Amino acid sequence: MAILDVQGLTKRFGGLTAVNNVSFSVEKGAILSVIGPNGAGKSTLFKLISSFVVPTSGRVNYNELTITGLPPHEVARRGVVRTFQETTIFKEMTALQNVIVAHQLRCRASSFGIYFSSAAARADEERFRESAIEILDYLGLSTVKQMLARNLPHGHLRALGIAVAMAAEPKVLLLDEPFSGMNVEETEAAVRLVRGIRDRGVTIVLVEHDMSAVMRISDKIVVLNFGTKIAEGTPVEVQQNEAVIGAYLGQADEEIGH
Amino acid sequence: MGLDINRLTPRAGNGGTGAATENDRLNRGQKLRFAAFVLILLVAVPILLGRSPYFITVLTNAAILSFISLGVWVTFSIGRMNLAQGAFALVGGYAGAILSTRYGVPFWFCLPLAGLISAVLGALIGWPVLRLKGVYFAMTTLSLTEAIRLLALNGGDLTKGATGIVNIPRPGAIDIFGLTIVHDFNGADPLPFYFLACALLLLGLVGVWRLSTSRLGWVFRSLRQNEDLATSIGINVAKYRVIAFAVCCFMGGIGGAFFAAFHQNIYPATYTISDSVNFMLYCFLGGLSYIFGPVVGAFLLVVAFELLQAVQDYQALIYGILMIACMLWLPNGILSLGLRHDGKGKDGRG
Repeated sequence: MAILDVQGLTKRFGGLTAVNNVSFSVEKGAILSVIGPNGAGKSTLFKLISSFVVPTSGRVNYNELTITGLPPHEVARRGVVRTFQETTIFKEMTALQNVIVAHQLRCRASSFGIYFSSAAARADEERFRESAIEILDYLGLSTVKQMLARNLPHGHLRALGIAVAMAAEPKVLLLDEPFSGMNVEETEAAVRLVRGIRDRGVTIVLVEHDMSAVMRISDKIVVLNFGTKIAEGTPVEVQQNEAVIGAYLGQADEEIGH
Repeated sequence: MGLDINRLTPRAGNGGTGAATENDRLNRGQKLRFAAFVLILLVAVPILLGRSPYFITVLTNAAILSFISLGVWVTFSIGRMNLAQGAFALVGGYAGAILSTRYGVPFWFCLPLAGLISAVLGALIGWPVLRLKGVYFAMTTLSLTEAIRLLALNGGDLTKGATGIVNIPRPGAIDIFGLTIVHDFNGADPLPFYFLACALLLLGLVGVWRLSTSRLGWVFRSLRQNEDLATSIGINVAKYRVIAFAVCCFMGGIGGAFFAAFHQNIYPATYTISDSVNFMLYCFLGGLSYIFGPVVGAFLLVVAFELLQAVQDYQALIYGILMIACMLWLPNGILSLGLRHDGKGKDGRG
């Protein structure tokens, strides 16, 4: 069953069509990667799915309900949670505080209850703290949890970004370039991590440049070029697709070919 | 160099140790300091200065200005530079004045009602305006202060235009079951007003401290540090922005209503743009990272200018210079000096 169904998504910025009539669906428990050359519209597609940007036309269905047009925090509440590129994090909080505050969706106490520290609010905080520690441990951040996020090294920041998203209990996790700027070993660890998250029952959609990582990790790949979907399929299918090779390497030149 | 308010971390009550701890309880030193502050306000000042109506009046002003600035501090905690607090103090002042002179509502009901009216108005205006950030929000709120002043000036019979509302009744006695809890405030002695101002300030401090150390405070901090990320984890950014702004306006309204009853009058010019700027300046001067920041800032400037009568003509100039100096050399405010001496003011920042 498709947990996420993208139907004819189009976004125009003035005269520029950033995403043009893109459709695909993601099976529950799968890892789907969106790849494409720079400026292919991958990031815009991400923002459209997470409702940070409103599409010009088309829609996104999540569990057969349309989430397009909902405010982005409401989309997150339903279970579609995005991460950001690079170092988008609460920099002036410790790693632990970052993850604790990200448990907002699981709050049972009302605002008044929180203010007056009701029993429900205290129970919430206790649960959030335990859960945050567990998430940080899982992502290999247990040694830095008391460090201010602004002082964390790059690799840890990326993991912290995922930890923050995990705290929101996503059903579908949208990862924006989770492997960029990583060396081979770091990428290997990150690939294992993403697989691990999938094995916890989270469906994963990721945007990525790192081809070798994408080929290893993905169940399905969607290829964008100039905002249009040019191919879709398993890693093997995509690798052999003429249009994809053309988009990445430039059109094969007949004369040189001979 | 710009002053990036997003880098300043209100970390009320968590001790300022290296990596900000999640311990939101007051440590012993902070408890002692707060107790000392309460004792000075409620015991030492009345004993030492109780016979000088002049000084008591000055300190009453300082206490309520601190209270109003504390509201501005709350909007700083969501990353907005709020220059509309003068407007909401004016709204609260007029609300209190109109309720008491026209409808005979006792002061003790006017005070919370004025706060509520300001808060509701703040929420209505804040909903659209809080979408703006940085200098755009500051400019819009600045013009709001002027707009409310003009509204009061042209409010016809309701606000009585430039003549303002005068002869606002002073607070009456509070009787419960025939027992007088609070005597009425009539007479020339400003001491009752002083105690009321201190009570409001202490309540405000405790209230804001509670807010800032609860999950709500952390949500506010998350908004200041990154609204997109906050949205992505399901925080209703618009809602919490409005809550913070309404809290601020509530405090502005109460402060305004207090002053209206204290001075027994209110005019369109009671709060102007310069007052809005001053409320913000108090926060800056004391330190945006500290709940006590606005209190320190307000008391320091208000008392200093009373003592230095000779330079009062140059107040705007001196405030301007102070503001620039503060941003250049003391971006975390006066209170950051104290922490630096303890050797724990670094806050783990690079």
